[in-house]
Amino acid sequence: MTEALERAVVPPVSDADPFAHEVLVEPEPLHQALREAGPVVYLSRYDVHALARYEQVHAALVDWQHFESGSGVGLANFRHEEPWRTPSLLLEADPPRHDAPRRVLREVLAPPALRRLRETWHTVAEELVDQVLAGGTEFDGFAALAEAFPLRAFPDAVGLGPDGREHLLPYGNMAFNAFGPRNDLVAADAHRVAELSVWVNAQCEREALSEDGFGRQIWDAADRGDLTHEQAPLVVRSLLTAGVDTTVHGLAACLYAFATHPEEWRRLRERPELARAAFEEAVRWQSPVQTFFRTATTDVAIAGTVIPADTKILMFLGAANRDPARWHDPDRFDLTRDPSGHVGFGMGLHQCIGQHVARLEAEALLTALARRVERMELTGTPHRHPNNTLRSWASLPLRVQPAA
Amino acid sequence: MVGTSLVADAGSGAGAERPTPTKAATLTVSAKEDIAEGVVSLTLTHPGGARLPDWTPGSHIDVVLPGGAVRQYSLCGDRWDAYAYRVAVLREPAGRGGSAHVHDRLRPGDRVGVGGPRNHFPLVPSEKYLFIAGGIGITPLLPMMHQAELLGADWQLLYGGRTRSSMAFREELTAAYGERVHVVPQDELGLLDLAAWLGTPRPDTKVYCCGPAPLLAAVEAACVSWPPYALRVERFSAGAQTAPVRNTPFEVELRRTGHTVTVTPDISVLEAVRRAGADVLSSCEQGTCGTCLTTVLEGQPDHRDSVLADHERAANDCMFLCVSRSCGDRLVLDI
Repeated sequence: MTEALERAVVPPVSDADPFAHEVLVEPEPLHQALREAGPVVYLSRYDVHALARYEQVHAALVDWQHFESGSGVGLANFRHEEPWRTPSLLLEADPPRHDAPRRVLREVLAPPALRRLRETWHTVAEELVDQVLAGGTEFDGFAALAEAFPLRAFPDAVGLGPDGREHLLPYGNMAFNAFGPRNDLVAADAHRVAELSVWVNAQCEREALSEDGFGRQIWDAADRGDLTHEQAPLVVRSLLTAGVDTTVHGLAACLYAFATHPEEWRRLRERPELARAAFEEAVRWQSPVQTFFRTATTDVAIAGTVIPADTKILMFLGAANRDPARWHDPDRFDLTRDPSGHVGFGMGLHQCIGQHVARLEAEALLTALARRVERMELTGTPHRHPNNTLRSWASLPLRVQPAA
Repeated sequence: MVGTSLVADAGSGAGAERPTPTKAATLTVSAKEDIAEGVVSLTLTHPGGARLPDWTPGSHIDVVLPGGAVRQYSLCGDRWDAYAYRVAVLREPAGRGGSAHVHDRLRPGDRVGVGGPRNHFPLVPSEKYLFIAGGIGITPLLPMMHQAELLGADWQLLYGGRTRSSMAFREELTAAYGERVHVVPQDELGLLDLAAWLGTPRPDTKVYCCGPAPLLAAVEAACVSWPPYALRVERFSAGAQTAPVRNTPFEVELRRTGHTVTVTPDISVLEAVRRAGADVLSSCEQGTCGTCLTTVLEGQPDHRDSVLADHERAANDCMFLCVSRSCGDRLVLDI
C-alpha cells in the first residue's frame, strides 16, 4: 500500500461541475475534456475521482468487488449520510444482499418471459401511432410518442391500477436527481418528495397490483420464499423507479436521432428489423443514464492513480459511450455501426435488468413508426430538461410525412 | 464494406468497435489438488487472465471434458475472487467415466470447455438455515455458509459421509465455524439422524440439502410436514445432456440472409455470424445478459449461457450466440 502510494500517479484536477445546468444539457464538451485529461480525473468541487474513458468505466462497472454500490450509486455516501429513501435492494446493494432480489427480477424480466408481451405492445404502438397521426402531422414527439408509449405499455405490464400514473414520471425525475449533489434540481422537488413517495410505495403493495403483471410475480416469488415479504414491495419499487423515465428518454433519443438523420430513417424504413439496433445505437449515442457513482471498497489503483477506500468514483457512461478509443467516429448516430458493448445499460452485476423490456418497447414503437411515417424532421429547437443523472428531454417538436 | 456486410465498419479499420475479443468458453486447469479420499479439487482460470462471469452460491458450471462428455460441478470457491472457479470432483467408480477422467487424466495446464455458471439452487433469504450435505454434496453448500455468515443468519450444517477421511472440507469447516458444523462419518456414527433434526417443522428455517439420491429422498420424506418451499434440494440429473458436445466444426445457416458459415472450435457462433456480415447485438459476451438472444429455426443448440431455465433450454427454439454452440452438424438461425 505504502509503496503503491509512493509510486502513485497524481491525477489531473478539474474544478468543473458535471451537474451544472449547461453541462447537463450539453455534456459532450466536458466529456471530451475529461477523456483527454487522463484515465482518472479528480473533481475538486465534489472531492470525487471521475472516469470518462471506456476502458476504465467498463472495468469499474464489472468489478463489483472493488467498486461497491451498497454505499449508494449517487454522490451521497450511505456509510456517512442518510439516504432519502430506503435504499434499493438492487441498485444500491452488493452481494450477498443483492442476490435474491436480482434473481427474482431477472426471472420476471428475462427475454423468454417477455415473449407474451410482444404482440400486445406492437398493437399498442400501432394504435398510438395511428392516433397521433390522425391528430395532425406536427406534434411534440416527446409528449406524444416518447412519453405516451411507455406510459401506456409499461404500467399495465407491471400491473398498476389506473389512478395516479401521472406521478410516475415526476417520481423518476426526482429519484434520478437525487443521485447528484443537493443542487437546485433536487431542491425543486423537495416539496413533492413525501407525496410522490407515498403514492409510489402504495403501488408496490400486493393489493394495488393486478393478477397478471410483473408486480404480482414478484409477490408470488415472496410467497415461495425466494424473497421476504418485506423485500417484495422494494423490488416492485425498483421497476417503477428505473423502468419509466429511462425508457422515455431512450425513445426520445431515437426520435431526435431520426429527425436529425433522415438517411438513417430511410435505412430503418427499408429494413425495419434494424429497430433494435437503432435503439441500441441511440442509447450509446445519447446515454439516457449519463452517470453513476461507485464507492471504493479498498484503496484501489486505476491506471496508477490510487483511489482511497470509502471514497466515491463518478463514472461517465455517456463519455465512455463516445470514447474515440473504443468507437469509430463516436459522435455520429450511425445505424451501420455495431453498438454492442456500450455501457448505456451499465455492465456486469448491476447491468440494467429491464433492458429487454426497454428494447421490446423501442422495437414496437419504432416498427410502428417506420410503417406509417415516410419522413420526420424537427420544426423547432428541441428542449432538454436538466436532470442530475438522466439525459432528458422537455420537448421535441416534430413534423412527419405519413407514408403513402 | 466487406462483401454483403451489413456492418459498414467491418472492413474499414474500425476494429476498435468490436468488444474485447470473443472469449471462447475455454478455461485452463490451473491447479489440481487431492482434498479428501477420492476427491480432487480443480481451479479453473481464463487462459488470458480475464475475469470470469459472476456467480452466486448454489451455481454450477458445465465442464466439457476432452472426450466431449459434459458434467455439472458446483462452484465451491470464493466469488470475491473474480479470476478463478473452484470445483471438487468425487471419483465415482460406477459413473460414466467423467470423474475417472478428471481424476486420472486431467492435468494442470489442460484446457476444458465451460458452460454457465447457472444456478438452480439459489440461497433465498431466511433468518435460519439448516444445511444438510451428503459427501460431495457439500460443494454447493460451502459458499452458502459463507454468505449466511455475512448476512448474519443463524445456521447449522449436518454433514454426513462414509468416513471422516472421505469428507472434503471437513477440517476447514470445523475450524472456521466450530459448533455450527456437525460432522457425521457413517463408519463411526451411522447415518444422519434426520428424525431428530427435521422431526419438528421450523417455520423460520430453510433446509438446503445436496447429496446422493437416497439422502435427498430421506430428507424430502422427513420434511413433508414443513411449510411449502422450506426445503431446497439440488438435483443433478445424470443424462440431462444427451448429445456429446462437439469439438469439431459445425455449420450455421442464416436463414434470412441466406449465408452459411462454419463455426470452428476456436470461435464463438457470434463471431462466426458477424464475420458473415450479419449484425447481431451483444453486450456482456459471457452468456449472462441475454442481449444476443436469437431464434433457432432448426437444429439443437448446446446451451452454455447463464440465463435460460431448463425448460427454455429444452425447447430448442432460441440460444445466446456469444457462448452457446451446437450439438449437431448444423443450426439454422433466424438472422
